[in-house]
Amino acid sequence: MSKIVSVTGNHSASWAARTAIPAVIAAYPITPQTTIVEKIAEFVENGDLKSEYVRVESEHSAMAACIGASALGLRTFTATSSHGLALMHEMLHWAGRARLPVVMPVVNRSLGPPWNIWVDHTDTMSQRDTGWIQFYASNNQEVYDTVLMLFRLCEDPKVLLPGMVALDAYILSHTFTSIEVYDYEEIIDFLPTYEAGHWKLNPKDPMAIGNIAGPEYYYELSYAVHEGFEAARKMIPKVEADFKKHFGRAHGGFIDTYQCDDAEVIFIALGTMGEEAQLAVEELRNEGIRAGSARIRVFRPFPAEQIQTLAQKAKAFVVVDRSLSYGHLGGVVTEIRSALYRSGQTIPVQGVIAGLGGRDVRHTDIKKLIQLGFDVADKGEAMPDIFYGLKR
Amino acid sequence: MVAIKELPRDEYIELGHAACAGCGATIAIRHALKALGGNTILTVPACCMSVIQGLFPKNALHLPVLNTAFETAGAAASGIAAGLKFMGKDKDINVMAWAGDGGTYDIGIQALSGAAERKTNFIYTCYNNESYGNTGQQRSGATPYGAFSTTTPIIGKQEHRKPMARIMAEHGIPYTASISAAYPRLVFETYSKAKDIVGTRFIEIHAMCPTGWRCATWDSVKFGKLAVETGVWIMWEKEGEEWRFLGRSKQIAEGKVQRKPVMDYLKPQGRFRTLIKDSKKVKEFERGIEREWDILKQKVSC
Repeated sequence: MSKIVSVTGNHSASWAARTAIPAVIAAYPITPQTTIVEKIAEFVENGDLKSEYVRVESEHSAMAACIGASALGLRTFTATSSHGLALMHEMLHWAGRARLPVVMPVVNRSLGPPWNIWVDHTDTMSQRDTGWIQFYASNNQEVYDTVLMLFRLCEDPKVLLPGMVALDAYILSHTFTSIEVYDYEEIIDFLPTYEAGHWKLNPKDPMAIGNIAGPEYYYELSYAVHEGFEAARKMIPKVEADFKKHFGRAHGGFIDTYQCDDAEVIFIALGTMGEEAQLAVEELRNEGIRAGSARIRVFRPFPAEQIQTLAQKAKAFVVVDRSLSYGHLGGVVTEIRSALYRSGQTIPVQGVIAGLGGRDVRHTDIKKLIQLGFDVADKGEAMPDIFYGLKR
Repeated sequence: MVAIKELPRDEYIELGHAACAGCGATIAIRHALKALGGNTILTVPACCMSVIQGLFPKNALHLPVLNTAFETAGAAASGIAAGLKFMGKDKDINVMAWAGDGGTYDIGIQALSGAAERKTNFIYTCYNNESYGNTGQQRSGATPYGAFSTTTPIIGKQEHRKPMARIMAEHGIPYTASISAAYPRLVFETYSKAKDIVGTRFIEIHAMCPTGWRCATWDSVKFGKLAVETGVWIMWEKEGEEWRFLGRSKQIAEGKVQRKPVMDYLKPQGRFRTLIKDSKKVKEFERGIEREWDILKQKVSC
């Protein structure tokens, strides 16, 4: 029977693995991810979870092991963060291009030097071109639910892509809240056993994955990955609707909007900052200020159309990136401007960099940034991108 | 020793593969797979075999193959082995990683060592052609002392190779072997034995490479044999706790045949052209060989 457990964001991910019963789980420690795989080890050793648990010797090997297991046509899972994700980079491409639906929570943490273990989105932003579906969660229940949704989505024969759900270090990873969890029997209608079809290593029907393909094939194989993402774009609303039908919850589809219908300024961010913004919006609304919040939940496939729709009514966007592409801007604002340029929409989009390396961004800060958005809306033009809270 | 006419007729590497003429690795995989049979899953990291198997959408290997990144053979095989265990098929299906010396001695040693330490149930083959053959003969940890490579182009390699098979044997794995592709019947027998052992099995095959060794393609097997006959390459196995010399190396160790002069092996190969001009360097080359014999003789007599 479903039950309520009081868990951290990390343990929400562990519970999701326990519910989905992956055949193979690869485990390697890294702060602040470690407690995900520790909890799973407990589930496996006390007999609650019948997965093969492989204690690999690096994150690179974790992903390689997941690729090996997934290539057999089996459900696979691992988890990582920061430098671990960076080390995996090569194998992220390998999983994406080999069309292997590995599912992986990533605890968003900064990259060194200096060593810093706090929240920052640089790790996952650096992986956006690897062929992985990317979700960003904003609370513990969403972490749990998104892992289950990702298995369903990624294992769909039209999609067949790996997927990651990102959760903010400490703000989610080590913070307890109550969530509802299930046994596998309760979710089997939503998430049936993974059947890989013909695309697997099978001595009875041998085939090679990944041998050399020249220029006459490579482009088409790349396009096939892109088609997988377009299929995922169509599937995501269906998967979430079906999840809601079964479990009574949804988390906003591609973009979790709050008070956006009549908002003049919309604040856009990923992860917990997107949820924190709802509090800021609520307070501003109490003051009669027409603010809205749009938390981007799915970053790949990127919800360009949804962004264009939001821009139809609003007068300005304020977009906060918790990462920085040195020498340019944040990744999120770049994508948003690109989407609007394509549709010929010219509302000002104010770019903001904030919260790097765990620097706190409170709802009071978000209120200030939204108010800045009203100035921008009045001028009809964005200021140069802002490094908010930077000490000089 | 199995007679050639008794070897299984089944072929798992088909005609039309893309190996160079005289390739030792291809002789090796042909006979290894005859022993393992069709119920085998291969994983191949970047190496000559990535090319030898042929171009998409065709493949000369008549087995399921997971091509994987350079440093990951041990890890990818770990995932396959774990998956088969989950499916309850780990006893029926062989898992074999087939990697070159660069992918084993150098970039892949971490994943291999980890897999061995975890007692992963698979066979790891290192076919050792003594350089990064696929990228055009760069120096690897397996390149012999003094040998030319494209990254030691003028003075030759200044260091001895790693004792890779001994390093693996010291992991305490149930089976380790060091053999040569010049003896295909021994290749077959080694894999026939390894097939029935559970746990990590490491087999290193000295694999002739006329392209890299700068010798005639038709002399490939001759040079493979000369490496053993001169004692430069030593064939041995460790089964459980027991170390044994194999084949010609056994005869040499027991004093039944004399080792041929090392120069017989070095002189005709273009890659040793600089080495053989310097008698001090030849002595250093020989010192490295003697050291390995001394260590292995101690292991065998223990």
